[in-house]
Amino acid sequence: MTNRESYYYVPSPSYWPLIGALALLLLASGAVLWINAYTLGPALVAAGFAVLIFMLAGWFRVVIKESEGGLYNKRVDSSFRWAMSWFIFSEVMFFAAFFGALFYARVFSVPDLASVDSQLLWPNFSAIWPNAGPGYKGNFSAMAAMGIPAINTLLLLSSGATLTWAHWGLLQNKRSQLILGLILTIGLGLIFISLQAHEYSHAYAEMNLKLTTGIYGTTFYMLTGFHGLHVTIGVTMLSVILLRVLRGHFKPDHHFAFEAVAWYWHFVDVVWLLLFIVVYWI
Amino acid sequence: MNATANGHSDHRPSGWRRWLTTTNHKDIGTLYLWFSFVMFMLGGIMALLIRAELFQPGLQFLEPERFNQIVTLHGLIMVFGAIMPAFVGFANWMIPLQIGASDMAFGRLNNWSFWLLIPASLLLITSLFVPGGAAGVGWTLYPPLSVQMGIGMDLTIFAVHILGISSILGSINIITTVLNLRAPGMTMMKIPMFTWTWLITAFLVIAVMPVFAGAVTMILTDRHFGTSFFSAAGGGDPILYQHVFWFFGHPEVYIVILPGFGIISQVVPAFSRKPLFGYTSMVYATGSIAILGFFVWGHHMFTSGMPVTAQLFYMYATMLIAVPTGVKVFNWIATMWRGQLTFETPMLFALGFIFLFVMGGFSGLVLAMTAVDVQMHSTYYVVAHFHYTMVAGALFSAFAAVYFWLPKWTGHMYDEKLAKLHFWLTMIFFNVTFFVQHFLGLAGMPRRIPDYALQFADFNMISSIGAFGLGLSQLLFLYIVIVCIKGGAPAAAKPWDGAEGLEWEVPSPAPHHTWEVQPVVK
Ligand SMILES: [Cu+2]
Repeated sequence: MTNRESYYYVPSPSYWPLIGALALLLLASGAVLWINAYTLGPALVAAGFAVLIFMLAGWFRVVIKESEGGLYNKRVDSSFRWAMSWFIFSEVMFFAAFFGALFYARVFSVPDLASVDSQLLWPNFSAIWPNAGPGYKGNFSAMAAMGIPAINTLLLLSSGATLTWAHWGLLQNKRSQLILGLILTIGLGLIFISLQAHEYSHAYAEMNLKLTTGIYGTTFYMLTGFHGLHVTIGVTMLSVILLRVLRGHFKPDHHFAFEAVAWYWHFVDVVWLLLFIVVYWI
Repeated sequence: MNATANGHSDHRPSGWRRWLTTTNHKDIGTLYLWFSFVMFMLGGIMALLIRAELFQPGLQFLEPERFNQIVTLHGLIMVFGAIMPAFVGFANWMIPLQIGASDMAFGRLNNWSFWLLIPASLLLITSLFVPGGAAGVGWTLYPPLSVQMGIGMDLTIFAVHILGISSILGSINIITTVLNLRAPGMTMMKIPMFTWTWLITAFLVIAVMPVFAGAVTMILTDRHFGTSFFSAAGGGDPILYQHVFWFFGHPEVYIVILPGFGIISQVVPAFSRKPLFGYTSMVYATGSIAILGFFVWGHHMFTSGMPVTAQLFYMYATMLIAVPTGVKVFNWIATMWRGQLTFETPMLFALGFIFLFVMGGFSGLVLAMTAVDVQMHSTYYVVAHFHYTMVAGALFSAFAAVYFWLPKWTGHMYDEKLAKLHFWLTMIFFNVTFFVQHFLGLAGMPRRIPDYALQFADFNMISSIGAFGLGLSQLLFLYIVIVCIKGGAPAAAKPWDGAEGLEWEVPSPAPHHTWEVQPVVK
């Protein structure tokens, strides 16, 4: 290495991207067939999912090997940091679209449907929230903020704390603190997911609150659903990190993957706080 | 120092496998550019189908449903398949060369961004052949129509998702490369304009493509899972879609034009033999355009029912964007002022760009006026306007870029005579095609309709003749490029004596690996 400043790791040719493109082709075409009730759909989606898992496992295996093999210097490390930050920013914007839809429904569309302009079409409709729209016939109850959602808030907030505690363990090379912190975080995440699943089944079975329950059901399930999906992804990534820790990966000064997952987890945490306030509470 | 010690693998597979697995920014740039050209031809054939149908009043070639599908696919393919990948191709090729980096920050991710375009375009093209045909709703995919469409709409939705993943990953790669891999001494205010505009474009992509993904996801769940985002009966509103879509859609128009601004900002100084006038103001103008672009989406919705206060806000905010855009145009003109101008093809396309883009900008100002827009909304005036910005803007700057950098890529000079012919044919036929559409729109001809009233017949015939001329002229472009790849006068490392920048310090053709030892910029 003649010039340390110049050194930057460029990976050798790889088939993983091509396999990843194939996975998405299978997934997308399978999903299209499935939702249009073609029998081939589920099989294609399953195949796509299998290829996707194969690709993610294979690709990350290579990355982890390269990382543990010392091929990534500080500069590569800061590339990863930039990339993960911008990736999380893109996720923020994805959620923003759905928060925007909720805002629009509450501030514009529901009040508009109850305004003088719509009286002829929808008489006797009043703009109260929660609302399932003027065409909704039936009764549903809204999800109360206190109860499971409040408990879930506490769970996620403490999981953020346990993860930071695990990070301190990693920084000070206290491996047992690191492992315990990670296990606690994963555990809290799993409890969150099961409580969320319980809440959904309760809502469907006893509150008549469904995805089809007008704009309230729509925004409730889409926002909490996408959040729940992200918690699930987060728990999966934390588990991979835990496995790597158990194999002795990461050093106090070289553990970007840990931090990336931690950032992701905190992002999911913040989204939940917003959800708790605007979906459940106010 | 062998290749592996430097972290570069030279053991690349030969033949076609090289292209499947490559992590090299030049290979991937080439893939992007060829993909873009194929899509340009495909979208172009669709444009010619549209113009063939509109050659005369009445229905000749296409059923109305088919016509709508072709119009939709033409838009989607040109924006997401032709223009955006072309600029990503230039970015891949040129950004590492311009900032003195050995490659893009993430080679494998870069390859994935490219290969994702293939499933996405397959889904889009397949949608033409499924029961019910492709989405016939216009590229904006407005509900309620998009909620009622057949299976072709689902294919379109997933295609958009995959295109979104591709462009977001590509943009993350570009931002990281620019922020982290610059050569020592290359401070932010020394970055070449093309790289600067791409940095800002990449930010826009990451900010708004997820919003578009959200919008089409809402359509998907409204279609299949009983949600009520866009259903008034359920308390939703189809207008909500327009807000979400145009929050993406307006920044998207900057995504397809800002890299073009960057290209022009490099071509004009090179052929004026003067440094760019007002580099700093150029950077800030680009930034202001990007930021302002987030607050003007309502100008696409003046006829959707909106409080007057909101209409006024969107009108003034939109007009405000003319200021930074004007700064750019004046800077280009000031760069040429008292320069030693020569008119090689890249310069011709740059001048064509400036002239025609300013016209497109002015018709945009006309449309920004709420009271006027209410008359012109969804007429051919709008079609004329955005083709002046997209074709004369994005496409002309892409041609300028190809001719400007072709010697660097191939190591040969292109045929200047033929290239100039290509420019003049494109310039003339472009205006024959689209200039008359202003009058059609002013007279009230609606867009996206396969038939029209008799009084529009003459101008439509002229426009269709122009379109076929414009389309055929591009075969000349293909010929020029192929000839240039195969041979021609050898190009010097710096074939344009007025050009500046690190990309001209590497040999032509640029070797497979460049700047493995980073240059130091003073
Ligand atoms: Cu706009």
